[in-house]
Amino acid sequence: MAQTISEKIISKHAGKPVRAGDIAIVHVDGVMATDATSPFAMKSFREMGGKKLWDSEKVSLIIDHASPAPNETVANLHKLMREFSNEMGCRLYDIGEGICHQLMVENAHVKPGDLFLGADSHTPTYGALNAFGIGVGSTDLAATMLTGKTWLKVPKTIKLTVNGEMKTGVTAKDVILFLVKELGVEGANYQVVEFTGETIKQMTLASRMVLANMSSEMGAKTGLVDPSGLELPYSFEPIFPDPDAEYTRELIFDISALRPQIAKPHSPENVVSIDELIGTKIHYAFLGSCTNSRLEDLHAAADVLKGKKLSNGVRLIIAPASKRIFNDALKDGTIEILSDAGATFITSGCGPCVGSHLGVPGDGEVVISSTNRNFQGRMGNPKALIYLGSPAVVAASALAGQIAEPEK
Amino acid sequence: MTAKERPQTKGRRPLLTKWSSVGGQKSETNNIMTHPTAHVYPVDNIDTDRIIPGKYTKTLDMSALASHVLEDLDPDFAKKVQQGDILVAANNFGCGSSREQAPIAIKASGISVVVAKTFARIFYRNAINIGLPVVEVEHHNIQSGDSISVDLENGLVTNHTRDETYQAARMPQQMIDILNAGGLVNYLVKHGDYV
Repeated sequence: MAQTISEKIISKHAGKPVRAGDIAIVHVDGVMATDATSPFAMKSFREMGGKKLWDSEKVSLIIDHASPAPNETVANLHKLMREFSNEMGCRLYDIGEGICHQLMVENAHVKPGDLFLGADSHTPTYGALNAFGIGVGSTDLAATMLTGKTWLKVPKTIKLTVNGEMKTGVTAKDVILFLVKELGVEGANYQVVEFTGETIKQMTLASRMVLANMSSEMGAKTGLVDPSGLELPYSFEPIFPDPDAEYTRELIFDISALRPQIAKPHSPENVVSIDELIGTKIHYAFLGSCTNSRLEDLHAAADVLKGKKLSNGVRLIIAPASKRIFNDALKDGTIEILSDAGATFITSGCGPCVGSHLGVPGDGEVVISSTNRNFQGRMGNPKALIYLGSPAVVAASALAGQIAEPEK
Repeated sequence: MTAKERPQTKGRRPLLTKWSSVGGQKSETNNIMTHPTAHVYPVDNIDTDRIIPGKYTKTLDMSALASHVLEDLDPDFAKKVQQGDILVAANNFGCGSSREQAPIAIKASGISVVVAKTFARIFYRNAINIGLPVVEVEHHNIQSGDSISVDLENGLVTNHTRDETYQAARMPQQMIDILNAGGLVNYLVKHGDYV
């Protein structure tokens, strides 16, 4: 039976061969929940009669969504997480350690071939690692904390092949914004997307994470990146689809003429070429999130801003994906370049992207952001307008005071 | 609209199943049965930020969640809804975040069933897991204010105002089992594991 990557990984975890459409109960290799989802997960876990975790080594809690606590309600939820982690012996990443998905990958809590559950919709990010990451809600997560298992319907797969050399200034973010436009925000609902093609095989792990991460913006259960060319600091056995695996759709794109892409308010599928928006005045630029705040993203911004100053009246807020990334950027001089240019650094975490705190836009303000969603109200104010773009475009726009691309 | 002003339909009380009792009749006087009222938002891609903005999700207080439900879409929503009412939307309802606070806020507001053409997958699972029935109905003619009942067992949505019945998509058996248990917590209390 020819299988997709999904069918292979799920079969391994179901202990029997499965194919798309089957319902399977699967063993899970690890779970994580954030301060946005842990409180309900812990509550459901206790209500299920949970006294101990199925495997405390495989459970991570991360305080990243509203970190450090902006008010007493959140402070008390964080306190509950710390108490739970002490009682149950599971891992806790406290404030400032970083964004959940970055931490799971950076610390190898999720590895190629794993089936991993995260109580966060961007859990598909692990598809960059050739792992099956599924975003679930708190109660599903609680059930796995108790049993080590979950149930799922084996998804069908859409195959996206991307060929062609990216033009200077074009990044994985532009590719994925383009693909979200092509498929639409519901285009992969209940399905998986596999990314393959010459463009993708040459991407860094960080860039692959951008693709897999935003497969969630197509509604996908997960996004699996072809492991060809994937470099990791440990050895692994890559899982490829069988050549005659079945796909619901197979789309091939040549992106050699692609220009930087921007998603306009209020949907990540509302994507146009930057050329249509050059000159749009902005007030606030945000470089952060599980999509784009890794070292290569900070480097892209520093390349644009080196020796320059932000446009008058524009603020640039940066939240590196993790403390490790911040420290690496500190050591190599990137932080100094960005700070000298006028950027403000905030705690590694999700804050502005989810509208928790640390950078809510004002009424009518225009934001250019390296994040993944520009839903109305996403950043905490339904009267703000959010545009999504690559880190280089965010930096160039902060410099110009309007949507702009980096000078060539 | 108060309960008294609701459109009323004469009818026999349907055979009670666990499911129809979730989405079905809420009051009965003699032979007069009132059905839940539909609140229709014929908009695609109503995302979780519009259902419950992220700034309100960091709480375990259900009533606080309910008071902000769908406020960026309709500031009066929470005030309009009465216990048992039905929410109707279009395609890809609940896309975006994995926040379970989204179905929780809807349920806490009094909504008993959500009907949509399609749901985003995480929302769909979350709703079932917390015991909020969700049904996918591709074709219907439900307008706001219509009097609706939902027979989840047979996947039928009845519009009493227009005297029409619509077929809903069938759920995987695993979900039916979870919903019949009243949600995933009760399912695991009962079974101790996935069965």
